[in-house]
Amino acid sequence: MTHAVFVFFALVAVASALFCVTQRNPVAAIMWLIVTMLSLAGIFVLLGAEFAGAMQVLVYAGAILVLFMFFVMLLQLRHHDSDIRGKLGWVLALGVAGALLMQLAALKGYTPGRLAEEISSAPDQFASPAAVFPHAAEVQQTAVALGPVGAVAEPMFTRWLVPFELTSVLLLAAIVGAVVLAKRRL
Amino acid sequence: MPVFAPGLVGPALLLSAVLFCIGVAGVLLRRNAIIVFLCIELMLNAVNLTFVAVGQLYGMSGQVIVFFVMSVAAAEAAVGLAIVLSVFRHRATVDLKHANLLQG
Repeated sequence: MTHAVFVFFALVAVASALFCVTQRNPVAAIMWLIVTMLSLAGIFVLLGAEFAGAMQVLVYAGAILVLFMFFVMLLQLRHHDSDIRGKLGWVLALGVAGALLMQLAALKGYTPGRLAEEISSAPDQFASPAAVFPHAAEVQQTAVALGPVGAVAEPMFTRWLVPFELTSVLLLAAIVGAVVLAKRRL
Repeated sequence: MPVFAPGLVGPALLLSAVLFCIGVAGVLLRRNAIIVFLCIELMLNAVNLTFVAVGQLYGMSGQVIVFFVMSVAAAEAAVGLAIVLSVFRHRATVDLKHANLLQG
């Protein structure tokens, strides 16, 4: 059952991503990307990441892509010819993406056991998953005990506290940068 | 109650590889700056899926990194769209063929 739902969401995500890349109209491309984001949110929930799924819907589909939509409407783009590159562009794009996919397709064979084995056979013994990460059973116990949001909040405000605070500096820099770049006269 | 499906890790990694490659092809194929940005967002999403898939085995830090990737994506979208807007003011187009000067 879980596998069938996963396959459904995966097919929707890939098909709408392909439509997003090939649509000439930017508004249609944004709409297709929203479909991809929403089906990825479904996959996040299937993988036990409810918080990430909710953030995916709220932040990506709800905020970032709506920003894109406002931007497209603000620009009043005129309809031009297709902006897809010529024959050389197709060859380059399909060649690079195909080569990358052939490399990355090896990831399909990864099971939890093989992943753990490869990490623990690394020459550095501190890179073993037991040293770096808790075991899967422990992860599940934590998630059940603290709930989906609490299990994410606990590492975020202990181990990842400094990166979390630095994120606010990043967002401040982005706000200032966007205003400086986009405003006609400061 | 969170569900755990360790058997889905391999298929999820494959899906993220496919989505990432579609994003790469889109960046190379399109000249419309807005769609290039959309393809970059697609690639960031594919990486998020990798973090979630591996994170369900090795701790919730994966989901924390997903949170950071989302905030970086929001910052990148805001600054990137501002750059495209200032190019549009000068050239009246978002076609990257016409964005060939650093100054101007």
